[in-house]
Amino acid sequence: MSLLEVRDLSIRYGDTAVVSSLSFSVSDGESVGLVGESGSGKTQTALAIMGLLPGNAIVGGSIAFDGREIVDAAERQLDRLRAERIGMVFQDPMQALNPYIPIGKQLRRVLLRHGISDGRKADQRVMHMLDRVGLPDPARQFRAYAHQLSGGMRQRVMIASALIADPDLLIADEPTTALDVTVQAQILELLERIREETALLLITHDLGIIAGHCERLLVIDNGRLAEEGPTRKLFSEPQSAHTRKLIDAAPRLDGVTRPAPAPAERVLETEAVSVSYAERRAELHAVLDLDLQLMAGETVAVVGESGSGKSSFVRAVLGLIPMRAGRVTFLGKDIAGPAKARAVEIRRDLQLVFQDPAGSLNPQLRIESIIAEPLSVHAPELDARGRQERVAEALQRVGLDEQLLTRFPHQLSGGQAQRAAIARALIVNPKVLVCDEAVAALDGSVRAQILDLLRREQEATGLAIVFISHDLAVVRSISHRVMVLYLGRLVELADCAAMFARPRHPYTRALLDAVPVPDPVSPGGKLSLGGEMPSIINPPPGCAFHPRCRFALPRCRTEPPRARQVGDARVACHRAEELEL
Amino acid sequence: MVSGGVLCAIGLVAVIGPWISPNEYLTADFNNILRSPAFADGHVFGTDDLGRDLFVRTMMGVQVTFAVAIVASIVSLVIGVLYGATAGFVGGRVDAVMMRLVDTLYAMPFIFFVILLLVVFERNFLLIFVAIGAINWLDMARIVRGQTLSLREREFVQAAQLLGVSTPKIILRHIAPNLIGVVIVYVTLTIPQAILIESFLSFLGLGVQEPQTSLGKLVNDGTDQMEGAAWLLLIPATLLAVILLCFNFLGDGMRDLFDSRRSE
Repeated sequence: MSLLEVRDLSIRYGDTAVVSSLSFSVSDGESVGLVGESGSGKTQTALAIMGLLPGNAIVGGSIAFDGREIVDAAERQLDRLRAERIGMVFQDPMQALNPYIPIGKQLRRVLLRHGISDGRKADQRVMHMLDRVGLPDPARQFRAYAHQLSGGMRQRVMIASALIADPDLLIADEPTTALDVTVQAQILELLERIREETALLLITHDLGIIAGHCERLLVIDNGRLAEEGPTRKLFSEPQSAHTRKLIDAAPRLDGVTRPAPAPAERVLETEAVSVSYAERRAELHAVLDLDLQLMAGETVAVVGESGSGKSSFVRAVLGLIPMRAGRVTFLGKDIAGPAKARAVEIRRDLQLVFQDPAGSLNPQLRIESIIAEPLSVHAPELDARGRQERVAEALQRVGLDEQLLTRFPHQLSGGQAQRAAIARALIVNPKVLVCDEAVAALDGSVRAQILDLLRREQEATGLAIVFISHDLAVVRSISHRVMVLYLGRLVELADCAAMFARPRHPYTRALLDAVPVPDPVSPGGKLSLGGEMPSIINPPPGCAFHPRCRFALPRCRTEPPRARQVGDARVACHRAEELEL
Repeated sequence: MVSGGVLCAIGLVAVIGPWISPNEYLTADFNNILRSPAFADGHVFGTDDLGRDLFVRTMMGVQVTFAVAIVASIVSLVIGVLYGATAGFVGGRVDAVMMRLVDTLYAMPFIFFVILLLVVFERNFLLIFVAIGAINWLDMARIVRGQTLSLREREFVQAAQLLGVSTPKIILRHIAPNLIGVVIVYVTLTIPQAILIESFLSFLGLGVQEPQTSLGKLVNDGTDQMEGAAWLLLIPATLLAVILLCFNFLGDGMRDLFDSRRSE
């Protein structure tokens, strides 16, 4: 008999059905992936299994766990079930952990409350569990608070708390979405190890993750099961159009890269840009000596884990945060200094698109006023008619329907909102567009559309794009050149095709290895990099990367490498010439 | 929205009532001292210990109370929001100076402040509004500043800055509208507070002067006659309670109305 048996599950809120007639099962020790785009009902299904749906949800059908019915079960029974039999890992560990209670105590509570073990034994068990999920120095971390841990460590704690009572089923809802690729690889590797003991229901929108970690897949579309089958078969011969669409939209590492752009004038140039924060006596360098040249019609990607300084770098270039040193030249003019001090035309020519489309649009304004706002500064001479025409033109460029103009931002989907944000940036015809993780929050198919939109816009107008991302697979399809940063320092800068074919720096290699590929035969997502990026408060001496580098020499610990040309790449590594990566 | 209607009705009656009533608020009817409410002779709410018609006096009181509530909250709203938003948004030294000024004003004893105003200027109806508004905007400024500090970091504000939108325009167009939820809630707390302060001042003899009156004052007068003539207390007190309740409900409604996310 299967461990979890979902039959004809339906979930409604009022008249809106979020899940309808969904049936599937999970056997003991099996790992099943639940894949779908956002809003497809994945999380609702998981919450229903846990009996955690809000009171206004109308649930139909049956969910049987080990023969016991969960739908309509009494709260006390559910409580026991959740504590002992089913563990759950949420997407955002910061929100799932109580910030006021040390993590050890939080984990211990579960054991004490349900009488699984008591006193010293409970402590030992917690410590053992923290050790098993790979938390260094569990005795010390036992007393740590959630905010003192990094994102990856927090997610490990979450997994430990889900596993503490030795459950039969672990439900992981987008467990790595908030994490960097390298940390994601570590967490996935951890889940892989855990699978030996429990069944796993892995919920995600990312086919790359699921390809390497699940035996069986359930694809859901709009609350209905679109397709079900063994992972390999589903990838090689998808039956439903929806599955095919998801697979096609997933970014890969083997697609074509863009041909080099035609030589053009240099629009933006930075020299030795540094950003630092004063912290007590010390000076913390968020960005150190970065050089970049950007030509018209070219896309340069800036890549790195969180904390690598990629956002600080472009924000300093844009004049949003102060620069400590360096020069920024725009079309030959020195423009270093705050954005406020810059001429209006220069501010017009440098535009930014943010990661969170909803957050970058004022919730109190209608889309029309939002898109038209730049005109009030940069084209004040326009009358109402002229403004309307410009807005209509911008809408057409980003492929938005005119009906949306009277809506408020929250009434738009993520993709529509991001198009509106791009329309606001493009309406003044800038020369440089900076996209700060502009597609990171979007679903696969929507992401592909936005990338396509940016490419077309660039080919039509010669726009130069700086594309910030932590995801190398996304970068590959949009950029001409790639700049990899680590702890605010340049690691490698090379043509996109060259870098993917032959990375020159061990860190670049590790990032490439960590990218999960939607291919069950060689799924990528390999763990070749342990640990996490150190904080800028305490940068390692010598090469900043040496503590995590497999190839580090004694020299790397003392002497910082200088960026130099090796082959077609600019690399900052002492061993760049000799290493075959 | 019902509460809005009730408030309008009360306001309307308060304006029209004294005008159509056969009685004057000043005229003492010595034949009818402490008459209980009756429709027969026009003393709908009865009369007080000086034989004055309570209905007319209550409606007078409502007028004054409404005026105090509205003027005081508008004063605190406009000054508080603009002051707080500017301090929070500009930040740095400007913020420090502006907020220390608020702290200094806070430290002044309120009653002392009012007496001072009354001594320096003539005793004046307007002065009560100014005094109450001047106290309330301090809280408002602090709350608004705190909200602005977090709004300032939001990406849509950064986007506007990058576009080159001027600072006053960012405050008016991007910061202020997003403060509305908090501000409305706070204003609904301010209005009852203003009404209470007014009645307190009147009680001390610093506020509305006889023969003019306000709801707070009527309630105070009513407490003296509580045993023999309960209506003198009950009628104004009930009205005051209804008005306060309505303002609270109205606040809820307004917040939903102004918040684009909920007005669907």
